[in-house]
Amino acid sequence: MEKTIIDRPATRNSCVLCAPLGASIVFQGIEGCLPLLHGSQGCATYIRRYLISHFREPVDIASSNFSEESAIFGGKENLKKALSNLITQYQPRLIGVASTCLSETIGDDVRAILKEYRKENQGSPLPEMVNVSTPSYHGSHWDGFWKTVLAVVTQLSSQEEPVRQRLNVFPGLVSTADLRHLREIFTDFGISFSILPDYADSLDSDAWDNYHSLHEGGTPLSEIRAMGRAEFSLDLGQALTAEDSASGYLAKNSGVTRLSCGWPVGINESDAFFRLLSRISSQPVPEKYRQERSRLLDAYYDGHKYMFGKRAVVYGSPEMVAAIVSMLKEIGVIPVFCSTADTDFAGIEERVIELRPDFLIGSSKGYQISRKTGIPLLRAGFPIHDRFGGQRELLLGYRGTQRFFDHLVNVVIAGVQDSSPGGYAYV
Amino acid sequence: MSNPLKINPQELKEEIVKDYSAKVARKRSKQIVLSQAKEKGEVPEIMANVRTIPGIITQRGCTYAGCKGVVLGPTRDILNITHGPVGCGYYSWLTRRNQTLPDSDDDANFMTYCFTTDMQENEIVFGGEKKLKKAVQEAYDLFKPKAIGIFSTCPVGLIGDDVHAVAKEMKEKLGINVFGFSCEGYKGVSQSAGHHIANNQLFKHVIGLDDRVSPAKYKINLLGEYNIGGDAFEIEELLKECGIELISTFSGNSTYGRFANSHTADLNTVMCYRSINYVADMMHKKYGIPWIKVNFTGAAATAKSLQKIAAYFGDQKLIARVDRVVKEKLKAVEQAQAEIKARCQGKTAMLFVGGSRAHHYQELFREIGMKVVAAGYEFAHRDDYEGRRVLPSIKVDADSRNIEELHVEKDPDKFKPRVTEAGQKQLAEQGLNFAEYDGLIPEMEAGTLIIDDITHHETEKMIEAYKPDVFCAGIKEKYIIQKMGIPCKQLHSYDYGGPYAGFQGAVNFYREIDRMVNTRIWKFIKSPWQLSPQLIGKLGDS
Ligand code: SF4
Ligand code: SF4
Repeated sequence: MEKTIIDRPATRNSCVLCAPLGASIVFQGIEGCLPLLHGSQGCATYIRRYLISHFREPVDIASSNFSEESAIFGGKENLKKALSNLITQYQPRLIGVASTCLSETIGDDVRAILKEYRKENQGSPLPEMVNVSTPSYHGSHWDGFWKTVLAVVTQLSSQEEPVRQRLNVFPGLVSTADLRHLREIFTDFGISFSILPDYADSLDSDAWDNYHSLHEGGTPLSEIRAMGRAEFSLDLGQALTAEDSASGYLAKNSGVTRLSCGWPVGINESDAFFRLLSRISSQPVPEKYRQERSRLLDAYYDGHKYMFGKRAVVYGSPEMVAAIVSMLKEIGVIPVFCSTADTDFAGIEERVIELRPDFLIGSSKGYQISRKTGIPLLRAGFPIHDRFGGQRELLLGYRGTQRFFDHLVNVVIAGVQDSSPGGYAYV
Repeated sequence: MSNPLKINPQELKEEIVKDYSAKVARKRSKQIVLSQAKEKGEVPEIMANVRTIPGIITQRGCTYAGCKGVVLGPTRDILNITHGPVGCGYYSWLTRRNQTLPDSDDDANFMTYCFTTDMQENEIVFGGEKKLKKAVQEAYDLFKPKAIGIFSTCPVGLIGDDVHAVAKEMKEKLGINVFGFSCEGYKGVSQSAGHHIANNQLFKHVIGLDDRVSPAKYKINLLGEYNIGGDAFEIEELLKECGIELISTFSGNSTYGRFANSHTADLNTVMCYRSINYVADMMHKKYGIPWIKVNFTGAAATAKSLQKIAAYFGDQKLIARVDRVVKEKLKAVEQAQAEIKARCQGKTAMLFVGGSRAHHYQELFREIGMKVVAAGYEFAHRDDYEGRRVLPSIKVDADSRNIEELHVEKDPDKFKPRVTEAGQKQLAEQGLNFAEYDGLIPEMEAGTLIIDDITHHETEKMIEAYKPDVFCAGIKEKYIIQKMGIPCKQLHSYDYGGPYAGFQGAVNFYREIDRMVNTRIWKFIKSPWQLSPQLIGKLGDS
């Protein structure tokens, strides 16, 4: 993921989080996997803290706990110690090692250290180990997320495996409800599939009967290994080049056909998505989804009068912003300003004050702008830490769009209601 | 709930550490001790403030977090710039729920902002001082703050940017106070190292800059109170009712100006000893202001703390006024206590949090009849456990040596002794001792376990063994504890609640705990078909 070095100015209220956070989410979405951040303990603690406030679930991330000494002489010994301690305590099936700014600045070669560790521990049972380079001075949490998906597939998939699934799916940073919905859709089409990462269970789990020290759920390792034997890979979101994506890697190395479409949000993008699945499976779109589409259309007809001509500011991941904008256009809402990583919140605030949109769509971090300007914020994306259930907001498919659209209309109606001098109780 | 007395804590300890490798077990054994202090008067030695072992998942944060997030974070008008890649700054952006109340709308409040130099590869390779200067200049142009703080993150230390030189240069150029903090995350064992660094720099660069003396009679500072959930507001109000003037709080609801003026107070009162004792000591040496330990957590402790302050000033009028306020406030508190105690009596709690709260909050539990069966800190030192008297016997290791010890001397002009030696003796007779703190262990009942930097594994074992009615910790442990069916009260950020300080705060806390330990939801954990499988049969079967 080489980027040209740009001269980024200092930031006021950044829109992006750091790369190892994205890596940690991916590792949380793999069966029996423990993330290990190679660096000082603060990064792991901060990232856990942030993920937990969004997901409201236990999130374990280990660290190699650098001291001043390791910062000077390198963190090799610390990393080895961390690996050994994780293995004895947790018996993970996979340890995902992501670097941090510190270990990258030092220049620790994690891959070589892992190799050495394997050699030194020959004979004792070791878990799989994957490493990914995630310096945050070189990419956001989204970059870290995609880099890790690529690293996992590159380092674990193999041609030797038996065929397991026809379709590999790389959905990106979607919600846990989205992941569950995707599973349902593929199942209904009768397609055997594997979603990477799949944190629907690990980061939105039920109440436990018994304590377990490792998260449950996640993409099975056997499926990841067999990704090179699938027929198709599907990327959701079109921000990635073939080079940066796991699907591109699988196409090049294993001849797996690479497909991509946008996040299925709105009628158009969802139609494209369902049509694609129909083609893959040679099955018609199941009746259930036809009905959902039709219900959504009906809602558009009914709700459209509230929405037409309204103006929106949208910020978040490139995939999400593209999807939401395409849906907004369907209902006549004008996206007056959109931001992915390029503008910080101070910049967005300036634009919001200047443009006075009717509402904002994005993460909890826009709350201060909303509060200052009185413009309502509909929360979407990551992080959502000032509303309950943000980790399981359904956005994808006709069903997800329906839910999102209902919320959006209600934001507008509430605005009309609250500002009406007569205090309409019936809108 | 199981009877904690049936548990043999020594055996439990052995059972807990046996799952570790020999080396880890050896170290953890020293960080888990059994209290016998109450009976035998012996305070056992505990290992604390040592590095967490790599791969052991800890709740501890980094030096930067303690410096920028904890100590400097709650001050509204110092503009804080994080020098580093974007994450460190982002994660410390308004996550601690400390509140502030600017005097007016035009008053500066930068707390809702997160300024970072957002270092890119360029700066990592070629150095980031230029970008830092630019960021300071930009921040100044936009906001015209009175002061700017610069905080170093890990990579900065490594590439060798000199934040202090940049601070000095910009201070001269802009004519405002600019100061840097070498608080790289790896510098210390935990956030505690960051507290120390913050203390040092505040002392060097801010405290003592404004000599105007308020005409008020009883002037104090409140140290180590960070206004989580509005605690400081509660205490401010109380002090006002008692006629005691609060010059500055370190650092809840504080301002730069108040820090600068804080050396004009006549007494320092210390809440969280761990995070701020350095400032208290240094102010004593340089300005002659003595300090006492106070605790505004718990109704009785609050009353006692106010009375201590009054006793210090020794003015009968003040003493009477404080007594009046206390008496009146306690009336309402006692009513709530009686009501809630009836429902909470005999229930149990564990507290594993912070560097002072695991101690302070025991007061509140006791007041509603609950028992603390185990406790420990996340980032404390031995003196927080065993009392300040062990200070001389604490070994200085490489990590502690890393943090500068300021050499402080009497200020030739500003030093003013507040109490004579005779006065001090007299006060000691009344039980008012300066610069003293007894720590957590003496307060724990015999047979309770005290665990430093508790690990996940230990948390799980402790819960399994004791099944406490409530577990106090932070957000990182919260959901794992609740998965086990035990309610978790966050004592870092208060779970969206608070204030819990002072008298009204105590009542708020009783009510919160009452809700948590007596709610029905925890009883749903086992479904009816799990509890009695024989219920599953066909409808209509008889
Ligand atoms: S890089 Fe260092 S300063 Fe930043 S969060 Fe990590 S440990 Fe803390
Ligand atoms: S040092 Fe890098 S990895 Fe660590 S918190 Fe800061 S930005 Fe993230």
